[in-house]
Amino acid sequence: MIKSHRAAALMIVGMAGSLSALAADVAGMVKTSSGRVVIERQGEILPAPVGTQVRVADRVRTGVDGAVGVTLRDNTLLSAGPGSLVVIDKFAFDSSTLDGRMSVGVRKGTLSVATGKIAKRTPESVDFHTPTSVLGVRGTEFIIEVAGGSNE
Amino acid sequence: MNKLLLPGLALLLLAGCASERVVLLPSPDGKPAAVVLRDRAGAEQVLDQPYAATVRRLGINRADQTDAETVQARYAQTLQALPVRPVSFVLYFELGSDRLTPESEAEFARVKQEVAARTAPEVMVIGHTDRVGSVEANDALSLQRAQTMRGLLVAEGLPAEKLEVAGRGEREPLVATADEVEEARNRRVEINIR
Repeated sequence: MIKSHRAAALMIVGMAGSLSALAADVAGMVKTSSGRVVIERQGEILPAPVGTQVRVADRVRTGVDGAVGVTLRDNTLLSAGPGSLVVIDKFAFDSSTLDGRMSVGVRKGTLSVATGKIAKRTPESVDFHTPTSVLGVRGTEFIIEVAGGSNE
Repeated sequence: MNKLLLPGLALLLLAGCASERVVLLPSPDGKPAAVVLRDRAGAEQVLDQPYAATVRRLGINRADQTDAETVQARYAQTLQALPVRPVSFVLYFELGSDRLTPESEAEFARVKQEVAARTAPEVMVIGHTDRVGSVEANDALSLQRAQTMRGLLVAEGLPAEKLEVAGRGEREPLVATADEVEEARNRRVEINIR
């Protein structure tokens, strides 16, 4: 009896935890950061040290001396080199069903990618794009470089 | 005159220096991988060999082949910034309980080391059961197993909000069995550290 009460209480705690994560539209977290790295979010410019949350619609920008690494919730690894602007256009991931979709844009600079669980399960739900092209992936690691791209 | 000429010139300059490059890297598991590029006109280009590349300038894609040394040199700062790869562990439990088996107790030390070694670690714990007991009881037990692991990791100093837990009950056995069959390999948690 006591045991089942405890289990029920734990279940509620667990569900509340996953709901709050969904509500905040959290896509991932900054795992490496050096030099100038900022996140532009709803008109604000926020510093992005290690441990900063990355959310859907965030624009991640690095300075001439900057580099940043982000792990998304589906285990996708991203890193941007100096002088980059990378936009998390879309990200959704259900860690129970592993369903999800993502779309990431490289406006300028360099982005290195190691795709994660969404690309493994539903590669058609994943795209990366440059100012001119869209990349579809099949279980992949790759680099995108956009020289002379846009600052916006 | 100037008004007309300058924007035109600026556009030309922009187009002149704008270029895009995509390089396919080898996959760590050695499995075949590919990137398919599609431009607005619908033209497709497939990269399916390690270090195959494409360079796009003035709207034209040109295939290129590069190599590990060139990529390391050109993209050193970018590649160095890549986060540590996520890692998974599977730990096993005693029958009907949230107590780890002795072997998994030892393995848990490695889980703790892995968490401690990372900057800004995040952990996902998914609990499972075998098919002994009701579906409802197993949902609760699988979650309890995950929560117990969470408690142990929080006690090690991992912030609770960096830990996500879920219980899948008996739905996702590692080894398929008939109902009410004891199966040690199904009494487990998967711990993913990223």
